[in-house]
Amino acid sequence: MPDISRDDVAHLARLARLRVAEEELTHYADQLSAIVEAVARVSEVAAADVPPTSHPIPVVNVVRADEIRPGLSREAVAAMAPAWEDDRFRVPRILGEE
Amino acid sequence: MGLEGSDLTRQLASTLADAMAMGEVSAEEVTRAHLDRIEAVDGAVHAFLHVDRDAALAAARAVDQKRSAGATLGPLAGVPIAVKDVLTMAGVPTTCGSRILEGWRPPYDATVVEKLRAADMVILGKTNMDEFAMGSSTEHSAYGPTHNPWDLERIPGGSGGGSAAALAAFEAPLAIGTDTGGSIRQPAAVTGTVGVKPTYGGVSRYGLVALASSLDQAGPCARSVGDSALLHAIIAGHDPRDSTSIDAPVPDVVGAAAVGDVRGMRIGLVRELSGDGYQPGVQHLFQRAVEILTNLGADVVEVGCPNFEYALAAYYLILPSEASSNLARFDGMRYGLRIGDDGQASVEDVMSLTRERGFGAEVKRRIMLGTYALSSGYYDAYYGQAQKVRTLIARDFATAFEKVDVLVSPTAPTTAFRIGEKVDDPIAMYLNDIATIPVNLAGNCAMSLPIGLAPEDGLPVGLQIMAPALADDRLYRVGSALEQALVDTWGHLLIEEVPSL
Repeated sequence: MPDISRDDVAHLARLARLRVAEEELTHYADQLSAIVEAVARVSEVAAADVPPTSHPIPVVNVVRADEIRPGLSREAVAAMAPAWEDDRFRVPRILGEE
Repeated sequence: MGLEGSDLTRQLASTLADAMAMGEVSAEEVTRAHLDRIEAVDGAVHAFLHVDRDAALAAARAVDQKRSAGATLGPLAGVPIAVKDVLTMAGVPTTCGSRILEGWRPPYDATVVEKLRAADMVILGKTNMDEFAMGSSTEHSAYGPTHNPWDLERIPGGSGGGSAAALAAFEAPLAIGTDTGGSIRQPAAVTGTVGVKPTYGGVSRYGLVALASSLDQAGPCARSVGDSALLHAIIAGHDPRDSTSIDAPVPDVVGAAAVGDVRGMRIGLVRELSGDGYQPGVQHLFQRAVEILTNLGADVVEVGCPNFEYALAAYYLILPSEASSNLARFDGMRYGLRIGDDGQASVEDVMSLTRERGFGAEVKRRIMLGTYALSSGYYDAYYGQAQKVRTLIARDFATAFEKVDVLVSPTAPTTAFRIGEKVDDPIAMYLNDIATIPVNLAGNCAMSLPIGLAPEDGLPVGLQIMAPALADDRLYRVGSALEQALVDTWGHLLIEEVPSL
Protein backbone atom coordinates (compact mmCIF):
# COMPACT_ATOMS: atom_id res chain seq x y z
CA MET A 1 0.00 0.00 0.00
CA PRO A 2 1.37 3.41 -0.92
CA ASP A 3 2.59 5.92 1.62
CA ILE A 4 0.89 9.30 1.68
CA SER A 5 3.34 12.05 0.72
CA ARG A 6 3.28 15.77 1.42
CA ASP A 7 2.04 16.32 -2.12
CA ASP A 8 -0.73 13.78 -1.58
CA VAL A 9 -1.86 15.65 1.54
CA ALA A 10 -1.88 18.93 -0.36
CA HIS A 11 -3.94 17.28 -3.13
CA LEU A 12 -6.42 15.67 -0.72
CA ALA A 13 -6.80 18.93 1.16
CA ARG A 14 -7.52 20.73 -2.10
CA LEU A 15 -10.15 18.16 -3.07
CA ALA A 16 -11.76 18.52 0.36
CA ARG A 17 -11.71 22.36 0.20
CA LEU A 18 -9.53 22.41 3.28
CA ARG A 19 -6.56 24.72 3.51
CA VAL A 20 -3.56 23.05 5.17
CA ALA A 21 -0.56 25.19 6.08
CA GLU A 22 2.75 24.28 4.43
CA GLU A 23 4.38 23.48 7.78
CA GLU A 24 1.62 20.99 8.68
CA LEU A 25 1.89 18.88 5.52
CA THR A 26 4.61 16.56 6.83
CA HIS A 27 2.82 15.99 10.13
CA TYR A 28 -0.42 15.02 8.37
CA ALA A 29 1.46 12.92 5.81
CA ASP A 30 3.07 10.87 8.60
CA GLN A 31 -0.17 10.43 10.51
CA LEU A 32 -2.27 9.56 7.46
CA SER A 33 0.38 7.08 6.27
CA ALA A 34 0.29 5.32 9.63
CA ILE A 35 -3.52 5.18 9.57
CA VAL A 36 -3.64 3.92 5.99
CA GLU A 37 -1.08 1.25 6.82
CA ALA A 38 -3.27 0.10 9.73
CA VAL A 39 -6.57 0.09 7.83
CA ALA A 40 -5.02 -1.62 4.78
CA ARG A 41 -5.43 -4.82 6.80
CA VAL A 42 -8.90 -5.13 5.27
CA SER A 43 -7.15 -6.39 2.13
CA GLU A 44 -5.99 -9.51 4.01
CA VAL A 45 -9.57 -10.76 4.08
CA ALA A 46 -10.57 -12.99 1.18
CA ALA A 47 -13.89 -11.45 0.27
CA ALA A 48 -14.13 -11.58 -3.50
CA ASP A 49 -17.53 -13.31 -3.38
CA VAL A 50 -18.90 -11.32 -0.45
CA PRO A 51 -21.52 -8.68 -1.20
CA PRO A 52 -20.77 -5.23 0.24
CA THR A 53 -22.89 -3.79 3.07
CA SER A 54 -23.66 -0.10 2.81
CA HIS A 55 -26.46 -0.14 5.36
CA PRO A 56 -26.75 -2.38 8.42
CA ILE A 57 -30.54 -2.77 8.56
CA PRO A 58 -31.79 -2.74 4.94
CA VAL A 59 -35.04 -0.93 4.35
CA VAL A 60 -36.30 -0.14 0.86
CA ASN A 61 -38.79 2.21 -0.81
CA VAL A 62 -39.27 4.37 2.26
CA VAL A 63 -41.58 7.30 1.60
CA ARG A 64 -43.41 9.64 3.90
CA ALA A 65 -47.12 10.30 3.69
CA ASP A 66 -47.67 12.96 1.02
CA GLU A 67 -48.84 15.70 3.35
CA ILE A 68 -48.24 19.42 3.01
CA ARG A 69 -46.18 20.77 5.92
CA PRO A 70 -44.63 24.18 6.37
CA GLY A 71 -40.90 24.48 5.63
CA LEU A 72 -38.49 26.88 7.30
CA SER A 73 -39.48 30.52 7.20
CA ARG A 74 -37.30 33.02 5.34
CA GLU A 75 -36.62 34.76 8.67
CA ALA A 76 -35.38 31.53 10.27
CA VAL A 77 -33.01 30.91 7.36
CA ALA A 78 -31.79 34.51 7.27
CA ALA A 79 -31.06 34.38 10.99
CA MET A 80 -28.53 31.58 10.41
CA ALA A 81 -26.81 33.05 7.34
CA PRO A 82 -23.21 34.30 7.65
CA ALA A 83 -24.15 37.10 5.20
CA TRP A 84 -27.60 38.09 3.98
CA GLU A 85 -28.51 40.84 1.52
CA ASP A 86 -31.69 41.76 -0.36
CA ASP A 87 -33.51 38.70 1.00
CA ARG A 88 -30.80 36.37 -0.31
CA PHE A 89 -27.63 34.65 0.86
CA ARG A 90 -24.68 36.86 -0.04
CA VAL A 91 -21.78 34.66 -1.16
CA PRO A 92 -18.21 35.42 -2.31
CA ARG A 93 -17.56 35.65 -6.06
CA ILE A 94 -17.99 32.23 -7.65
CA LEU A 95 -15.67 32.64 -10.67
CA GLY A 96 -11.89 32.28 -10.30
CA GLU A 97 -9.17 34.40 -11.92
CA GLU A 98 -8.03 31.78 -14.40
CA MET B 1 -39.18 6.60 51.80
CA GLY B 2 -39.33 10.36 51.46
CA LEU B 3 -36.63 12.55 49.99
CA GLU B 4 -36.85 15.29 52.62
CA GLY B 5 -33.42 16.56 53.49
CA SER B 6 -31.63 14.26 51.05
CA ASP B 7 -29.47 15.48 48.19
CA LEU B 8 -31.77 15.46 45.17
CA THR B 9 -28.85 15.28 42.76
CA ARG B 10 -27.74 11.89 44.07
CA GLN B 11 -31.05 10.15 43.36
CA LEU B 12 -31.91 7.90 40.47
CA ALA B 13 -34.25 9.31 37.84
CA SER B 14 -36.91 6.78 38.80
CA THR B 15 -36.68 7.81 42.48
CA LEU B 16 -37.05 11.48 41.56
CA ALA B 17 -39.97 10.73 39.24
CA ASP B 18 -41.78 8.76 41.96
CA ALA B 19 -41.18 11.48 44.55
CA MET B 20 -42.54 14.12 42.18
CA ALA B 21 -45.57 11.97 41.36
CA MET B 22 -46.25 11.58 45.11
CA GLY B 23 -45.97 15.34 45.58
CA GLU B 24 -42.98 15.02 47.93
CA VAL B 25 -40.89 17.37 45.83
CA SER B 26 -41.58 19.66 42.87
CA ALA B 27 -39.96 19.55 39.45
CA GLU B 28 -38.74 23.08 40.09
CA GLU B 29 -36.93 22.01 43.27
CA VAL B 30 -35.36 19.05 41.48
CA THR B 31 -34.26 21.21 38.56
CA ARG B 32 -32.91 23.93 40.82
CA ALA B 33 -30.85 21.39 42.77
CA HIS B 34 -29.23 20.18 39.55
CA LEU B 35 -28.62 23.70 38.21
CA ASP B 36 -26.96 24.61 41.51
CA ARG B 37 -24.82 21.49 41.33
CA ILE B 38 -23.76 22.38 37.78
CA GLU B 39 -22.83 25.86 38.93
CA ALA B 40 -20.79 24.42 41.80
CA VAL B 41 -18.83 21.70 39.99
CA ASP B 42 -18.88 22.26 36.24
CA GLY B 43 -15.96 24.64 36.39
CA ALA B 44 -13.86 21.60 37.30
CA VAL B 45 -15.67 18.97 35.18
CA HIS B 46 -16.66 20.95 32.07
CA ALA B 47 -19.40 18.53 31.09
CA PHE B 48 -21.61 21.28 29.66
CA LEU B 49 -21.14 23.61 26.71
CA HIS B 50 -24.41 25.41 27.34
CA VAL B 51 -26.78 25.60 30.32
CA ASP B 52 -30.06 27.46 30.07
CA ARG B 53 -31.10 28.04 33.66
CA ASP B 54 -34.17 30.14 32.92
CA ALA B 55 -35.52 27.80 30.24
CA ALA B 56 -34.98 24.76 32.48
CA LEU B 57 -36.75 26.37 35.44
CA ALA B 58 -39.61 27.52 33.21
CA ALA B 59 -39.99 23.99 31.81
CA ALA B 60 -39.98 22.57 35.34
CA ARG B 61 -42.63 25.01 36.53
CA ALA B 62 -44.78 24.09 33.53
CA VAL B 63 -44.59 20.42 34.56
CA ASP B 64 -45.56 21.30 38.13
CA GLN B 65 -48.55 23.27 36.85
CA LYS B 66 -49.66 20.39 34.63
CA ARG B 67 -49.42 18.05 37.56
CA SER B 68 -51.33 20.28 39.93
CA ALA B 69 -54.01 20.66 37.25
CA GLY B 70 -54.47 16.90 37.49
CA ALA B 71 -52.86 15.84 34.22
CA THR B 72 -51.59 12.27 33.92
CA LEU B 73 -47.88 12.57 33.27
CA GLY B 74 -45.30 10.15 31.89
CA PRO B 75 -42.86 8.04 33.92
CA LEU B 76 -40.02 10.60 33.77
CA ALA B 77 -42.05 13.82 33.90
CA GLY B 78 -40.12 16.60 35.61
CA VAL B 79 -36.80 14.69 35.56
CA PRO B 80 -33.85 16.81 34.37
CA ILE B 81 -31.74 15.60 31.47
CA ALA B 82 -28.60 16.70 29.62
CA VAL B 83 -28.40 16.44 25.83
CA LYS B 84 -25.24 15.85 23.80
CA ASP B 85 -24.46 18.92 21.71
CA VAL B 86 -24.87 17.01 18.44
CA LEU B 87 -28.70 17.07 18.60
CA THR B 88 -30.51 20.18 17.45
CA MET B 89 -32.69 22.22 19.78
CA ALA B 90 -34.65 25.12 18.35
CA GLY B 91 -33.06 28.43 19.32
CA VAL B 92 -30.39 26.82 21.52
CA PRO B 93 -26.70 26.84 20.50
CA THR B 94 -25.69 23.54 18.89
CA THR B 95 -21.96 23.35 18.18
CA CYS B 96 -21.07 19.63 17.86
CA GLY B 97 -17.94 20.64 19.75
CA SER B 98 -16.75 22.55 16.67
CA ARG B 99 -15.77 26.17 15.99
CA ILE B 100 -17.44 25.92 12.61
CA LEU B 101 -20.87 25.93 14.32
CA GLU B 102 -20.02 28.39 17.09
CA GLY B 103 -23.03 30.58 17.74
CA TRP B 104 -25.33 28.61 15.43
CA ARG B 105 -28.87 28.33 16.71
CA PRO B 106 -30.84 25.62 14.87
CA PRO B 107 -34.35 26.46 13.66
CA TYR B 108 -35.83 23.10 14.70
CA ASP B 109 -35.82 20.36 17.36
CA ALA B 110 -34.37 16.91 16.77
CA THR B 111 -36.99 14.17 17.12
CA VAL B 112 -35.25 12.93 20.28
CA VAL B 113 -35.51 16.42 21.79
CA GLU B 114 -39.15 16.63 20.74
CA LYS B 115 -39.83 13.33 22.49
CA LEU B 116 -38.09 14.50 25.68
CA ARG B 117 -40.25 17.62 25.70
CA ALA B 118 -43.39 15.59 24.98
CA ALA B 119 -42.51 13.37 27.96
CA ASP B 120 -42.33 16.53 30.13
CA MET B 121 -38.65 16.06 30.85
CA VAL B 122 -36.59 19.13 31.75
CA ILE B 123 -33.60 19.80 29.47
CA LEU B 124 -30.76 21.36 31.47
CA GLY B 125 -28.37 22.05 28.61
CA LYS B 126 -25.99 20.69 26.00
CA THR B 127 -23.00 18.49 26.80
CA ASN B 128 -19.42 18.55 25.58
CA MET B 129 -18.14 16.10 22.98
CA ASP B 130 -15.26 15.40 20.63
CA GLU B 131 -15.68 17.61 17.59
CA PHE B 132 -18.38 16.09 15.36
CA ALA B 133 -18.17 13.00 17.61
CA MET B 134 -14.71 12.13 16.30
CA GLY B 135 -12.76 10.83 19.26
CA SER B 136 -12.73 8.65 22.34
CA SER B 137 -11.69 11.16 25.00
CA THR B 138 -13.59 14.46 24.50
CA GLU B 139 -10.16 16.08 24.11
CA HIS B 140 -11.00 16.88 20.50
CA SER B 141 -13.67 19.38 21.54
CA ALA B 142 -12.88 22.87 20.26
CA TYR B 143 -14.11 24.17 23.61
CA GLY B 144 -11.65 22.26 25.82
CA PRO B 145 -11.73 18.79 27.36
CA THR B 146 -14.19 17.36 29.86
CA HIS B 147 -12.68 15.90 33.04
CA ASN B 148 -13.57 12.51 34.49
CA PRO B 149 -15.22 12.95 37.92
CA TRP B 150 -13.38 9.83 39.17
CA ASP B 151 -10.06 11.61 38.55
CA LEU B 152 -10.09 15.09 37.06
CA GLU B 153 -6.71 14.48 35.37
CA ARG B 154 -8.25 11.73 33.27
CA ILE B 155 -10.49 11.56 30.22
CA PRO B 156 -14.23 10.80 30.57
CA GLY B 157 -14.21 8.81 27.32
CA GLY B 158 -15.63 10.04 24.08
CA SER B 159 -17.11 11.24 22.05
CA GLY B 160 -19.92 11.61 24.59
CA GLY B 161 -17.65 12.40 27.54
CA GLY B 162 -19.79 15.38 28.54
CA SER B 163 -22.96 13.33 28.92
CA ALA B 164 -21.19 10.57 30.89
CA ALA B 165 -19.33 13.04 33.13
CA ALA B 166 -22.55 14.95 33.85
CA LEU B 167 -24.02 11.72 35.27
CA ALA B 168 -20.92 10.80 37.28
CA ALA B 169 -20.66 14.36 38.68
CA PHE B 170 -24.35 14.27 39.73
CA GLU B 171 -25.10 17.23 37.48
CA ALA B 172 -27.92 15.33 35.75
CA PRO B 173 -29.63 12.00 36.49
CA LEU B 174 -30.01 11.17 32.79
CA ALA B 175 -28.39 12.18 29.50
CA ILE B 176 -28.65 11.57 25.79
CA GLY B 177 -25.61 10.30 23.93
CA THR B 178 -24.89 9.20 20.39
CA ASP B 179 -22.86 6.16 19.42
CA THR B 180 -21.14 5.77 16.05
CA GLY B 181 -18.30 3.48 17.17
CA GLY B 182 -18.72 3.39 20.94
CA SER B 183 -19.37 7.01 21.93
CA ILE B 184 -22.10 6.08 24.43
CA ARG B 185 -20.63 2.81 25.73
CA GLN B 186 -16.93 3.66 26.17
CA PRO B 187 -17.66 6.89 28.15
CA ALA B 188 -20.12 4.87 30.26
CA ALA B 189 -17.40 2.28 30.96
CA VAL B 190 -14.76 4.79 32.07
CA THR B 191 -17.16 6.83 34.23
CA GLY B 192 -18.91 3.96 36.02
CA THR B 193 -22.28 4.67 34.35
CA VAL B 194 -24.70 2.83 32.07
CA GLY B 195 -24.99 3.52 28.35
CA VAL B 196 -26.97 1.85 25.57
CA LYS B 197 -26.56 1.94 21.82
CA PRO B 198 -29.99 0.89 20.57
CA THR B 199 -30.50 -1.11 17.39
CA TYR B 200 -29.67 1.06 14.34
CA GLY B 201 -32.93 2.74 13.34
CA GLY B 202 -34.44 2.21 16.80
CA VAL B 203 -34.10 5.90 17.68
CA SER B 204 -34.68 8.62 15.07
CA ARG B 205 -31.66 10.39 13.60
CA TYR B 206 -33.74 13.41 12.53
CA GLY B 207 -31.93 16.45 13.95
CA LEU B 208 -28.83 14.43 14.84
CA VAL B 209 -25.95 16.15 13.03
CA ALA B 210 -24.53 13.33 10.92
CA LEU B 211 -21.03 11.93 11.40
CA ALA B 212 -21.41 8.58 9.61
CA SER B 213 -25.02 8.09 8.63
CA SER B 214 -24.94 4.30 8.43
CA LEU B 215 -23.43 4.00 11.92
CA ASP B 216 -24.83 6.88 14.04
CA GLN B 217 -27.40 6.06 16.69
CA ALA B 218 -28.66 8.10 19.65
CA GLY B 219 -29.33 6.38 22.96
CA PRO B 220 -29.78 6.66 26.73
CA CYS B 221 -27.09 7.37 29.35
CA ALA B 222 -27.98 6.74 33.00
CA ARG B 223 -26.70 5.74 36.43
CA SER B 224 -28.68 2.47 36.51
CA VAL B 225 -30.01 -0.09 34.06
CA GLY B 226 -33.61 0.63 35.09
CA ASP B 227 -33.23 4.38 34.51
CA SER B 228 -31.71 3.69 31.11
CA ALA B 229 -34.72 1.55 30.17
CA LEU B 230 -37.19 4.30 31.11
CA LEU B 231 -35.33 6.81 28.93
CA HIS B 232 -34.85 4.30 26.10
CA ALA B 233 -38.62 3.74 25.96
CA ILE B 234 -39.23 7.49 25.67
CA ILE B 235 -36.80 8.26 22.85
CA ALA B 236 -37.25 5.11 20.73
CA GLY B 237 -39.83 4.51 18.03
CA HIS B 238 -40.57 4.99 14.37
CA ASP B 239 -40.15 8.45 12.85
CA PRO B 240 -41.32 9.14 9.29
CA ARG B 241 -38.75 11.97 9.09
CA ASP B 242 -35.87 9.45 9.23
CA SER B 243 -35.99 7.06 6.30
CA THR B 244 -33.75 4.58 8.15
CA SER B 245 -36.06 4.51 11.18
CA ILE B 246 -37.45 1.01 11.87
CA ASP B 247 -41.21 0.77 11.56
CA ALA B 248 -41.74 -1.80 14.31
CA PRO B 249 -42.79 -1.74 17.96
CA VAL B 250 -40.10 -0.74 20.48
CA PRO B 251 -38.89 -3.83 22.40
CA ASP B 252 -40.21 -3.92 25.99
CA VAL B 253 -37.02 -2.64 27.58
CA VAL B 254 -38.69 -1.45 30.78
CA GLY B 255 -40.34 -4.83 31.35
CA ALA B 256 -37.07 -6.63 30.65
CA ALA B 257 -35.20 -4.47 33.17
CA ALA B 258 -37.86 -5.28 35.76
CA VAL B 259 -37.50 -9.03 35.11
CA GLY B 260 -33.69 -9.09 35.33
CA ASP B 261 -33.41 -12.88 35.19
CA VAL B 262 -30.75 -14.76 33.21
CA ARG B 263 -31.68 -18.29 34.20
CA GLY B 264 -31.54 -20.49 31.13
CA MET B 265 -30.14 -17.71 28.93
CA ARG B 266 -27.23 -18.57 26.68
CA ILE B 267 -24.40 -16.04 26.95
CA GLY B 268 -21.40 -16.06 24.59
CA LEU B 269 -17.91 -14.80 25.42
CA VAL B 270 -16.34 -13.33 22.29
CA ARG B 271 -12.93 -14.97 21.98
CA GLU B 272 -11.55 -12.15 19.83
CA LEU B 273 -12.46 -9.44 22.35
CA SER B 274 -10.11 -10.53 25.15
CA GLY B 275 -6.49 -11.23 25.93
CA ASP B 276 -3.65 -9.07 24.66
CA GLY B 277 -4.30 -5.36 24.84
CA TYR B 278 -6.83 -5.63 27.69
CA GLN B 279 -5.61 -4.19 31.01
CA PRO B 280 -5.24 -6.84 33.78
CA GLY B 281 -7.89 -5.22 36.01
CA VAL B 282 -10.32 -5.11 33.09
CA GLN B 283 -9.77 -8.82 32.39
CA HIS B 284 -10.03 -9.71 36.07
CA LEU B 285 -13.32 -7.87 36.66
CA PHE B 286 -14.74 -9.17 33.40
CA GLN B 287 -14.02 -12.76 34.40
CA ARG B 288 -15.58 -12.17 37.80
CA ALA B 289 -18.72 -10.71 36.17
CA VAL B 290 -18.95 -13.76 33.92
CA GLU B 291 -18.76 -16.00 37.00
CA ILE B 292 -21.63 -14.04 38.52
CA LEU B 293 -23.72 -14.55 35.36
CA THR B 294 -22.94 -18.28 35.51
CA ASN B 295 -23.94 -18.40 39.18
CA LEU B 296 -27.18 -16.61 38.32
CA GLY B 297 -28.07 -19.54 36.07
CA ALA B 298 -26.88 -18.44 32.63
CA ASP B 299 -25.30 -20.95 30.30
CA VAL B 300 -21.96 -19.33 29.37
CA VAL B 301 -19.97 -20.54 26.36
CA GLU B 302 -17.08 -19.19 24.31
CA VAL B 303 -17.91 -18.01 20.80
CA GLY B 304 -15.59 -17.13 17.91
CA CYS B 305 -16.17 -14.09 15.70
CA PRO B 306 -13.09 -14.34 13.46
CA ASN B 307 -13.75 -11.24 11.37
CA PHE B 308 -13.96 -8.92 14.41
CA GLU B 309 -10.20 -8.72 14.06
CA TYR B 310 -10.75 -6.57 10.97
CA ALA B 311 -13.56 -4.43 12.39
CA LEU B 312 -11.37 -1.52 13.44
CA ALA B 313 -9.73 -1.32 10.00
CA ALA B 314 -13.07 -1.51 8.18
CA TYR B 315 -14.56 1.10 10.49
CA TYR B 316 -11.72 3.58 9.92
CA LEU B 317 -12.36 3.36 6.19
CA ILE B 318 -16.16 3.46 6.26
CA LEU B 319 -16.44 6.18 8.90
CA PRO B 320 -14.06 8.71 7.32
CA SER B 321 -15.61 8.06 3.91
CA GLU B 322 -19.09 8.87 5.17
CA ALA B 323 -17.84 11.72 7.36
CA SER B 324 -15.94 13.42 4.54
CA SER B 325 -19.17 13.46 2.53
CA ASN B 326 -21.39 14.54 5.42
CA LEU B 327 -19.06 17.33 6.51
CA ALA B 328 -18.95 18.80 3.01
CA ARG B 329 -22.08 20.73 4.03
CA PHE B 330 -20.01 22.94 6.32
CA ASP B 331 -18.91 25.33 3.60
CA GLY B 332 -19.52 28.71 5.24
CA MET B 333 -22.23 29.71 2.79
CA ARG B 334 -25.61 29.21 4.47
CA TYR B 335 -24.90 28.88 8.19
CA GLY B 336 -22.05 28.69 10.64
CA LEU B 337 -18.59 30.22 10.43
CA ARG B 338 -17.33 32.16 7.39
CA ILE B 339 -13.70 33.27 7.20
CA GLY B 340 -11.86 35.47 4.70
CA ASP B 341 -14.83 36.95 2.84
CA ASP B 342 -13.07 40.25 2.05
CA GLY B 343 -14.89 41.02 -1.20
CA GLN B 344 -11.91 39.77 -3.24
CA ALA B 345 -11.51 36.13 -2.22
CA SER B 346 -13.35 33.55 -4.29
CA VAL B 347 -15.95 31.18 -2.88
CA GLU B 348 -13.41 28.33 -2.99
CA ASP B 349 -10.85 30.37 -1.05
CA VAL B 350 -13.45 31.30 1.54
CA MET B 351 -14.56 27.67 1.91
CA SER B 352 -10.99 26.44 2.35
CA LEU B 353 -10.13 29.14 4.88
CA THR B 354 -13.39 28.61 6.77
CA ARG B 355 -12.83 24.88 6.99
CA GLU B 356 -9.19 25.31 7.99
CA ARG B 357 -10.15 27.63 10.83
CA GLY B 358 -13.41 25.89 11.75
CA PHE B 359 -12.25 22.26 11.95
CA GLY B 360 -9.78 20.75 14.41
CA ALA B 361 -6.93 18.34 13.61
CA GLU B 362 -8.85 15.08 14.06
CA VAL B 363 -11.69 16.24 11.82
CA LYS B 364 -9.18 17.28 9.17
CA ARG B 365 -7.41 13.92 9.37
CA ARG B 366 -10.66 12.03 8.88
CA ILE B 367 -11.89 14.26 6.06
CA MET B 368 -8.61 13.74 4.19
CA LEU B 369 -8.61 10.01 4.94
CA GLY B 370 -12.18 9.67 3.66
CA THR B 371 -11.36 11.69 0.57
CA TYR B 372 -8.42 9.33 -0.02
CA ALA B 373 -10.45 6.14 0.55
CA LEU B 374 -13.14 7.27 -1.89
CA SER B 375 -10.81 8.48 -4.64
CA SER B 376 -10.67 6.57 -7.90
CA GLY B 377 -7.95 3.96 -7.95
CA TYR B 378 -8.29 3.30 -4.22
CA TYR B 379 -12.07 2.91 -3.92
CA ASP B 380 -12.22 -0.87 -4.49
CA ALA B 381 -9.16 -1.62 -2.37
CA TYR B 382 -10.31 0.45 0.59
CA TYR B 383 -13.95 1.50 0.81
CA GLY B 384 -15.29 -1.39 -1.29
CA GLN B 385 -13.27 -3.98 0.61
CA ALA B 386 -14.27 -2.44 3.96
CA GLN B 387 -17.94 -2.82 3.02
CA LYS B 388 -17.36 -6.51 2.32
CA VAL B 389 -15.66 -6.93 5.68
CA ARG B 390 -18.72 -5.28 7.16
CA THR B 391 -20.85 -8.05 5.68
CA LEU B 392 -18.55 -10.68 7.21
CA ILE B 393 -18.80 -9.06 10.64
CA ALA B 394 -22.60 -9.07 10.42
CA ARG B 395 -22.39 -12.77 9.45
CA ASP B 396 -20.18 -13.48 12.49
CA PHE B 397 -22.88 -11.96 14.69
CA ALA B 398 -25.63 -13.92 12.90
CA THR B 399 -23.73 -17.20 13.39
CA ALA B 400 -23.06 -16.39 17.04
CA PHE B 401 -26.69 -15.50 17.73
CA GLU B 402 -27.77 -18.92 16.41
CA LYS B 403 -25.94 -20.37 19.41
CA VAL B 404 -26.39 -17.73 22.11
CA ASP B 405 -28.94 -15.08 23.17
CA VAL B 406 -26.37 -12.36 23.90
CA LEU B 407 -22.63 -11.85 23.64
CA VAL B 408 -20.46 -10.20 26.29
CA SER B 409 -17.01 -8.59 26.35
CA PRO B 410 -15.17 -5.86 28.19
CA THR B 411 -16.49 -2.50 26.87
CA ALA B 412 -13.07 -0.87 26.60
CA PRO B 413 -9.58 -2.38 26.77
CA THR B 414 -8.40 0.02 29.50
CA THR B 415 -9.69 2.29 32.24
CA ALA B 416 -9.65 6.07 31.76
CA PHE B 417 -6.24 7.30 30.62
CA ARG B 418 -4.66 10.66 31.38
CA ILE B 419 -5.68 13.77 29.47
CA GLY B 420 -3.06 14.46 26.82
CA GLU B 421 -1.67 10.91 26.76
CA LYS B 422 -3.02 9.88 23.33
CA VAL B 423 -4.31 13.13 21.86
CA ASP B 424 -1.81 13.30 19.00
CA ASP B 425 -1.53 9.54 18.42
CA PRO B 426 -4.60 8.68 16.32
CA ILE B 427 -3.97 4.92 16.22
CA ALA B 428 -3.61 4.62 20.01
CA MET B 429 -6.83 6.61 20.36
CA TYR B 430 -8.69 4.45 17.82
CA LEU B 431 -7.84 1.26 19.76
CA ASN B 432 -10.16 2.39 22.59
CA ASP B 433 -13.12 1.39 20.44
CA ILE B 434 -11.88 -2.05 19.43
CA ALA B 435 -14.64 -3.87 21.34
CA THR B 436 -17.50 -1.47 20.61
CA ILE B 437 -17.11 -0.98 16.84
CA PRO B 438 -18.37 -4.38 15.59
CA VAL B 439 -21.90 -3.63 16.85
CA ASN B 440 -22.07 -0.34 14.93
CA LEU B 441 -20.92 -2.03 11.73
CA ALA B 442 -23.58 -4.75 12.04
CA GLY B 443 -26.33 -2.42 13.29
CA ASN B 444 -27.37 -4.46 16.32
CA CYS B 445 -27.59 -3.19 19.90
CA ALA B 446 -25.33 -3.13 22.97
CA MET B 447 -25.11 -1.88 26.55
CA SER B 448 -22.21 -1.02 28.83
CA LEU B 449 -22.65 -1.26 32.58
CA PRO B 450 -20.16 -0.86 35.44
CA ILE B 451 -18.70 -4.04 36.97
CA GLY B 452 -16.20 -2.63 39.46
CA LEU B 453 -13.01 -0.66 39.99
CA ALA B 454 -9.76 -1.99 38.54
CA PRO B 455 -7.45 -3.03 41.43
CA GLU B 456 -4.39 -1.38 39.85
CA ASP B 457 -5.82 2.15 39.50
CA GLY B 458 -9.18 2.24 41.30
CA LEU B 459 -10.98 3.33 38.13
CA PRO B 460 -14.30 2.01 36.74
CA VAL B 461 -14.51 -0.89 34.31
CA GLY B 462 -17.46 -1.66 32.06
CA LEU B 463 -18.93 -4.86 30.66
CA GLN B 464 -20.53 -4.84 27.23
CA ILE B 465 -23.63 -6.88 26.41
CA MET B 466 -24.46 -7.30 22.72
CA ALA B 467 -27.83 -8.51 21.41
CA PRO B 468 -29.31 -9.05 17.93
CA ALA B 469 -31.05 -6.22 16.07
CA LEU B 470 -34.45 -5.43 17.61
CA ALA B 471 -33.69 -7.53 20.70
CA ASP B 472 -32.72 -4.51 22.82
CA ASP B 473 -34.83 -5.96 25.66
CA ARG B 474 -32.22 -8.73 26.16
CA LEU B 475 -29.60 -6.09 27.06
CA TYR B 476 -31.81 -4.93 29.89
CA ARG B 477 -32.69 -8.42 31.08
CA VAL B 478 -29.02 -9.37 31.40
CA GLY B 479 -27.84 -5.94 32.53
CA SER B 480 -30.44 -5.71 35.26
CA ALA B 481 -29.63 -9.19 36.61
CA LEU B 482 -25.90 -8.46 36.73
CA GLU B 483 -26.40 -5.00 38.23
CA GLN B 484 -28.64 -6.41 40.97
CA ALA B 485 -26.10 -9.11 41.83
CA LEU B 486 -23.32 -6.51 42.02
CA VAL B 487 -25.43 -4.16 44.15
CA ASP B 488 -26.11 -7.09 46.49
CA THR B 489 -22.34 -7.52 46.85
CA TRP B 490 -21.44 -3.85 47.24
CA GLY B 491 -24.56 -2.64 49.03
CA HIS B 492 -24.97 0.20 46.51
CA LEU B 493 -24.44 1.14 42.86
CA LEU B 494 -20.80 1.61 41.82
CA ILE B 495 -21.42 5.30 41.12
CA GLU B 496 -21.84 5.85 44.89
CA GLU B 497 -18.08 5.34 45.19
CA VAL B 498 -17.10 8.28 42.99
CA PRO B 499 -14.94 10.71 45.04
CA SER B 500 -16.67 13.95 45.98
CA LEU B 501 -15.63 16.93 43.90
